Amino acid sequence: MAPEATQETMDEVTPHLSQECLTFTLGAEEYGIDILKVQEIRGYEYEAVTRIANSPEFIKGVINLRGIIVPIVDMRIKFSLGEPEYNQFTVVIILNVNHRIVGMVVDSVSDVIALTPEQIRPAPELGSIMDAQLLTGLGTIDDRMLILVDIEKLMNSPEMALMDDAAAELAGA
Amino acid sequence: MTVDMSQFYQVFFEEAGEHLSNMENLLLSLDIESPEQEDLNAIFRAAHSIKGGSATFGFTDIAEVTHILESLLDRIRNGELALQKDMVDVFLRAGDILKDQLAAHQNNEESDTEAARGVCEELTRWQHSDESAAPASTAQPPENPPPADTDTAAEQRYTITFTPSSSPAEHGVHMENMAAELEKLGAVDILAEGSAENPVWRFALTTAAPEEAIREPFDFFAQPADVVIEPAPPAQAAAEEEQGYGFFTDIASPEPAEEEAEQGYGFFTDVDAVRKTAEEEAQGYGFFEKIEPPQETPPTAASGGGAGRRDVGQPKGDAASPGKRPSDKAATAAQTESIRVSVEKVDQLINLVGELVITQAMVAQTANKLPPDVYETLQVSLSQLEHNTRDLQESVMSIRMMPISFVFSRFPRVVRDLSSKLNKQVELKTVGEGTELDKGLIEKLSDPLTHLVRNSLDHGVESPEKRLAAGKPAKGTITLRASHQGGNVVIEVIDDGAGMDREKILAKAKERGIPVSDTIPDQEVWQLIFEAGFSTAEVVTDVSGRGVGMDVVKRNIIHGMGGRIEMESHSGAGTRIIIRLPLTLAILDGMSVSVGGDIFITPLTYIVESLKPREEDIKTVSGRGRVVYVRGEYVTLLPLHEVFNIQPVVAEPQDGILVLVEAEGKKVALFVDELVGQHQVVIKSLETNFRKVAGISGATIMGDGKVALILDISSLVRLSQG
Repeated sequence: MAPEATQETMDEVTPHLSQECLTFTLGAEEYGIDILKVQEIRGYEYEAVTRIANSPEFIKGVINLRGIIVPIVDMRIKFSLGEPEYNQFTVVIILNVNHRIVGMVVDSVSDVIALTPEQIRPAPELGSIMDAQLLTGLGTIDDRMLILVDIEKLMNSPEMALMDDAAAELAGA
Repeated sequence: MTVDMSQFYQVFFEEAGEHLSNMENLLLSLDIESPEQEDLNAIFRAAHSIKGGSATFGFTDIAEVTHILESLLDRIRNGELALQKDMVDVFLRAGDILKDQLAAHQNNEESDTEAARGVCEELTRWQHSDESAAPASTAQPPENPPPADTDTAAEQRYTITFTPSSSPAEHGVHMENMAAELEKLGAVDILAEGSAENPVWRFALTTAAPEEAIREPFDFFAQPADVVIEPAPPAQAAAEEEQGYGFFTDIASPEPAEEEAEQGYGFFTDVDAVRKTAEEEAQGYGFFEKIEPPQETPPTAASGGGAGRRDVGQPKGDAASPGKRPSDKAATAAQTESIRVSVEKVDQLINLVGELVITQAMVAQTANKLPPDVYETLQVSLSQLEHNTRDLQESVMSIRMMPISFVFSRFPRVVRDLSSKLNKQVELKTVGEGTELDKGLIEKLSDPLTHLVRNSLDHGVESPEKRLAAGKPAKGTITLRASHQGGNVVIEVIDDGAGMDREKILAKAKERGIPVSDTIPDQEVWQLIFEAGFSTAEVVTDVSGRGVGMDVVKRNIIHGMGGRIEMESHSGAGTRIIIRLPLTLAILDGMSVSVGGDIFITPLTYIVESLKPREEDIKTVSGRGRVVYVRGEYVTLLPLHEVFNIQPVVAEPQDGILVLVEAEGKKVALFVDELVGQHQVVIKSLETNFRKVAGISGATIMGDGKVALILDISSLVRLSQG
């Protein structure tokens, strides 16, 4: 049985069960994304990335992931979070959204947290910085605030320039 | 028997399709005056096989058409009827109807019953074209051995009484299949059909099979007690039986073995009809259809012919077992040893071998860095590994290779139909039909080639009068030629028609606002016809003239297959269109070049030459960048580092390398830092996870595991033109 199916049916049937999120940091901020969209976590090999001409700054290029060509985006550049560093601690989260595989460079990855609905607050309008549609809420664990992102919507959005317009429409961006 | 027959449908559709193409080819190559006996036999066998299979699966419409078809064919091959050209036309049309019917069944749609009926009537008319009086059902071809009157000693006649313990309605379907099963054992007579009032079914079966075999089909859905099998005396109306079954004649014929081969068609006739006249067997496809006997006298002769056919018997007496297709299978099996494999399996195999090649390259590259003297045995083994991998790759790729005759084979028909429609005389020649190319390419080639041939016929070849006036033979020739050249497959469409009119094309181009000068070379003029909507035809016919075809050709060949098209034309003499295709879609021969440290792959098929230019040969043209003087012409310089916004290692062309490429008739010089090497690379899709990148057609994985981008030469050429 597909894990997604279980997740959805479970959410419908028992809304009090929690949603599992992978948390990662970009600069000083912590983000959380649906764990089911994460395929794997890798280190970032700078030399292995092939640049793609005339693409936005945040699209670093493509890599060979066991025979598949996967684009890599650097969210720190996308969100203008200062100068990104590329060292042995830099992590790439490989996502599988809508059968497309995309890699996302982040500063570091933390744990997988199960958030109960009580811990999630609605996201305020952040204006132009990030489209509120992309946020599913703000989570609170102790003193930490997790910015919960709908990673699928984010990757499919036209501003990410990862997909052609036609494909983006199909994906319902 | 409640076996689900639908699992066998696919096999039937495929094989029927093959029989139909075979039949069409043979029909087209028939010499009307003196047809080859073996060809006639082969055509007959093809129709016969289709009929058998279609009846087994209950496709009565197909069976109906094929039955009449083969009756007529039988008369022709026996020499009773002379073959005429119009007959061949009807046969070809029948073939088309059959194709439609097959497709309809495959897609669960309705087929055109009107057309089918029309064809059947025509065929029947031809069949009786030499008969003056309406024959009785006893009309049988003279050569036939007289049917035996009595059953042979080995065969016994049984009466089977089946009293279903559950409702007859439930068993309706079972009974039909049941009847088919009984067919295989021998001649069956339905004495009584089960109905609501009286659910008892009674059959009379004449067979040499033992009682257990008779009981077997019933066992699947009936209680043993429900079925009573008793030996019965031979039927009084033995003579009627012989004639009565059209398909099971000669119950006691000297050839019971091949008889059984024919039993498997599941044709049933309504018993009463049979008893009255012997005419309905031909119509009895619907298993238990109640046929009104009196109205249907015309088909009597058809059935008579049918009965006769059986008497002649099949040349190959196949000892058939139930469930086996008719004896044709023995003949076809002897011709080719082959296995049906699904395309996905082959593709999977090719992908895996592709991955193996990449991995092997990576290993080789790593091993190259080791000191050779220390690791000598390793190097030797790796060298061996490389040989093995290459051989494996070639073998696997050849699995998907099919001879181009698969594409060429449809053209005799196309040319025939079209030339008679346009009132032109055209002969089609094919050369190099054995040239092999990848299955995927074959399928994609069919449409563009059809467009090109139709164009040649419509615009190229002139009418017979014009040709004679021009001193040419009235019959025009279109030649399809295929060959291997270098790493490519080259396909040419050559006609000896009027050639392309340069002036007309230029005028049309200007009319459409395309910037052209009058002095552009012929090659570029011809390329103009690829513009969408471009046509110099005065009249738009349903054959061509709309300006759509060449656009499709370009898209399919150039973009769909990574191929190239060149054209040559001489006014009054003819036109030659040359298509170059890579051998496969998945693997590419390329030259890797380096620009600013990044590696790009240039497909070898586009490369004309690579050179290190001299400073004097580089000229600037204000507003259009730079050109380089090469072999007497000025070629636009396209620095790749500008296209891809990379910081190049080499700034000036004379310090780097120029790779001269040609696409769509235009040449461009790509300015790169250096040449790295020549590789055979596996094409990987960039668009699966990313979007389309301008100037890039795909990606590949190099020996060091890194991704390299493959250049899209056509779009680069277009880019350079501004």
